[in-house]
Amino acid sequence: MERKTIDLEQCWDYMQKGITKLMKILRERHDEFMLRELEERWITHKVMVRWLSRFFHYLDQYFIAGRYLPPLNAVGLTCFRHLVYMEVRDNARKAVITRIDKEREGEQIDRSLLKNVVDIFVEMDQYEEDFEVQMLEDTANYYKSKATNWIEVESCPDYMLKAEDCLRRERERVTHYLHFSTEQKLVEKVQHELLVTHANQLLDGVRALLRDDKVEDLSRMYRLYQKIPKGLDPVANVFKQHVTAEGTALVQQAEEASSLVRKFIELHDKYMTYVNDCFINHTLFHKALKEAFEVFCNKNAAATFCDNILKKGGSDEAIEETLDKVVKLLAYISDKDLYAEFYRKKLARRLLFDRSANEDHEKCILTKLKQQCGGQFTSKMEGMVMDLTLARDNQMKFEEYLRDNTHGIDLTVTVLTTGFWPSYKSSDLNLPVEMLKCVEVFKEFYETKTKHRKLTWIHSLGTCHIIGKFEPKTIELVVSTYQAAALLLFNSAHKLSYSEIMMQLNLTHEDVILSKEPNTTTISPNDTFEFNYKFTDKMRRIKIPLPPVDERKKVIEDVDKDRRYAIDAAIVRIMKSRKVLGHQQLVLECVQQLGCMFKPDIKAIKKRIEDLITRDYLERDKENPNTFNYLA
Amino acid sequence: MQLLIQCCVLWFVSPEGIEALCNDVNVNHTDVRMLIFAWKMKAEKQGYFSKDEWRRGLKCLGADTRPKLKKAIEGLDKELKVPECFEDFYSYAFQYCLTEEKQRSVDIETICELLNIVLKSEFPNQVNLLVEYLKVGKQLFKLIYVQNDYRALNMDQWRSFYRFFKEVDFHDLENYDSSQAWTVIIDNFVEWLKEKEKN
Repeated sequence: MERKTIDLEQCWDYMQKGITKLMKILRERHDEFMLRELEERWITHKVMVRWLSRFFHYLDQYFIAGRYLPPLNAVGLTCFRHLVYMEVRDNARKAVITRIDKEREGEQIDRSLLKNVVDIFVEMDQYEEDFEVQMLEDTANYYKSKATNWIEVESCPDYMLKAEDCLRRERERVTHYLHFSTEQKLVEKVQHELLVTHANQLLDGVRALLRDDKVEDLSRMYRLYQKIPKGLDPVANVFKQHVTAEGTALVQQAEEASSLVRKFIELHDKYMTYVNDCFINHTLFHKALKEAFEVFCNKNAAATFCDNILKKGGSDEAIEETLDKVVKLLAYISDKDLYAEFYRKKLARRLLFDRSANEDHEKCILTKLKQQCGGQFTSKMEGMVMDLTLARDNQMKFEEYLRDNTHGIDLTVTVLTTGFWPSYKSSDLNLPVEMLKCVEVFKEFYETKTKHRKLTWIHSLGTCHIIGKFEPKTIELVVSTYQAAALLLFNSAHKLSYSEIMMQLNLTHEDVILSKEPNTTTISPNDTFEFNYKFTDKMRRIKIPLPPVDERKKVIEDVDKDRRYAIDAAIVRIMKSRKVLGHQQLVLECVQQLGCMFKPDIKAIKKRIEDLITRDYLERDKENPNTFNYLA
Repeated sequence: MQLLIQCCVLWFVSPEGIEALCNDVNVNHTDVRMLIFAWKMKAEKQGYFSKDEWRRGLKCLGADTRPKLKKAIEGLDKELKVPECFEDFYSYAFQYCLTEEKQRSVDIETICELLNIVLKSEFPNQVNLLVEYLKVGKQLFKLIYVQNDYRALNMDQWRSFYRFFKEVDFHDLENYDSSQAWTVIIDNFVEWLKEKEKN
C-alpha cells in the first residue's frame, strides 16, 4: 500500500514538471504554432490521464471513491486547467478568433486544429465565458464594419446576396468547428449587423425591387427577414404602401369605370402572385394586400363594371371568370351595403329596359354574391329577377286577353313587387286619352287574375313608340312616357308654352324632362314649343334619350337610413341575449355583427345606443355608467 | 304642525302660493334652496305642492313653525354635501322640469338655467363653458357625421354632465377617452373645448 502511495506522488511530480515545461513552450510560441502545440499537448495529456486512470483503476474505484476524493481523470483535468489552461486561454482564444477572421476573408485554415482547440474550452467547461462571448463580439464587429462598407457600395439585391452567403457560411462554421449551441447566437449577431442595423436603407431597396418586379430578390428578402423576429413587419408595410400607391394612381388617372375595375383585378392578381410566391403565403402579406385594396377600391366603379359586363354580354366562361374576380374585389369594400344599393338600382334598370344580355349571367353573379356576402345581401335582387320571369308569363296572358277582347291596344306591362325593387317616384301624370284606355284595360285584366293588390303606375320608367307624321317622312319615335305625353299634346295644338304643357300634364317642375326637341335645347317657363313639321332624320326610328339622373346622393341617403335601423336592430339583439354588457364590448360585438355589410362608425353606434336609452330599450347601469342593462 | 299645514295648504297649492312662500322665507324662487326643498318633499309637479308632499317636507326639515321653516330653508344648501344625496338631487332637478305627461327631454334654455342653479357653486368654470357650448352648438353644424344641433336633452345626457365634471380634469383633456361610454354630446363638447384651446 505504501509503495503505491509513493508512486502516486512521484507520478504527480512528473506530471507537474511536464506541465511546467509545456507552459514554457507555449509561452514561446505564437499564433498557429502555439495552437498546434497546445493541441498536441492537450491530446497527449488526455492520453496520459487515461492511462493513469487505468493503472490506478483499483485505487480509483475502491480507495478514492470511499474517501470522497476526486478520481484521477478529474484531477488530471483540474491540473491541466490550473497549470496550463488558465495561463494560455487568452492567447489561445485570440489566436482562434484571428484564424476565424482570416477564414472569413477567404483564407484556407486548418479546421480540425480549431475544432480541437475549441474542444479544450468545452472540456474545461469555460466555453461560453472564455471563448464564446469574445468570439461573438468579434463577429459582431467584423460584420458591422463589413455592413457599413457594403451598404454604401453594393446595390440592395447584391447586398442581400452577400448577407445570405455570410449566414450560410457562419452556419457551416459552427458545424465544422464550433459548439452547436453557438449557432443560434452567432446567426442572431450576424443578422443584427447585416440586416437589422441597416434595415431602413434596405427597405428603400425593397421599394425599388417592387417597382422593378424583381421577384427573386424579393424572395430572398423574405427568406432573410423571416428569421428575424418582427423582421417582416416593415417589409410588409413597404409592400402595402407600394400596392396602395399603385392602386391610388389608377384611381387618379380617372379611368372609365369598367377599365378601372379591370385594372384593379389585374393589380390584384399580380400582387397575389407575389404574396403566394415571394412571400410564401405569409399572413402578414395577405393582410397588407387586403388593407391596401381596402384603401382605394371604388365602390361605385365596381357596380358600374358589373353593369357593363352584364349589358354587353360575351362568352360564358370569360364572363364568369371576370365576375368571379369582381366579386372577390368586393371583399375589400367595407361598405358593402352601399355597393348593394348601387347594384340593385342598376340591376333594376337593366331588367326593366331589357338591357341585360343574358339572364343566366345575372343569376350567376347573384349566386356568387350570395356566396360571398350572404343571403341577406342578394334576397331583394333575386326577387327582382323572379319578378321579371313572372312578368313575362303575365304578359303572355295579357296578350291573350287583349286578343280575346279586341281592344286594339299594344301594351306591355311589367308588374313589380314593391319590396324588392328600389323605390321610384310615381307621379300623377295626366295621361293622354289613348294611354288612359290602356291603363284601364290592364287594370281590368289584372283584377281578373288577382284581387287585393294595389297597382301603382310608375310612368317615369315607361317607354312609348310614337309615330310622328313629319312632312318629309314618317318617323317612329321611341320616347319615355312623359315625353310621349308632352308630344301628344301637340296633336291638338300647334304651339304650346312651357307652363301650359306643365299644367296640361299635371306635372311639377321636377318631373318635366328636357327632351331633345327639334326647336330648342333649353327651357324657360315662357318658351313656346312648336311642332316641327319639317323635322326629319335618316333613320326611321329614333330613340330619344332621357338626360341622366344622378342617383348617388339618394342612394347614399337611403343606405344611411337603412344603416341606422340595422345598428338599432343589432344593439337590441345583442343586449337581449346578454342582458348586461359593458360599453366597449357592446360596440365591439356590434361592429362584428354588422361587418359583413358595412363598417359602422363608432359615433353612430353611440348615438343609436343613446336613442335606444331614450326609447327605454336599454338603461345605463346605476353603479357603473360604462355598463348597460337590457330592459325587457 | 296641523295648524301650519292647514294654513299653508291654502296658500301653497299653486305657483302663486309658492311665490308667497318664497317672499316669506326671503329666498328667491330661483334659488337652489327652493329646488332642494322640492326635492326633500319629493314634489312631483313643478310649481305645485300637494298636501302630502308639503307634510313630508316639513317633517324632513323638522319645522313646525314659520320661523323654524325659514331657518331650515335657509340652511338647505348644506344638505347636499353628501355625494349620494347630491346625485339623487341632481337627477331630481331634471325630472322636476318634465312638465308634460310623456316628456323625456328638457329644452336647452332650461338646461342652461338648471346647470347654473345646481352646479355652478361647485364647478363654476366648467358650467360656464358647457353653457356656452350648448348655446353655440345650436348654430354650429360641423362637417363631422354628428350634427351639433341639440334642442333638448334627456336624463342620460343630463346625468353625464355631472359625472363628466366630477371625473374629468378640464386642464387634462388629452386623457379623455371617447371610446368609453360617455354620451355623444360630451364627446362633442370635449372636441369643442380642444378646438377652443388651440385658438
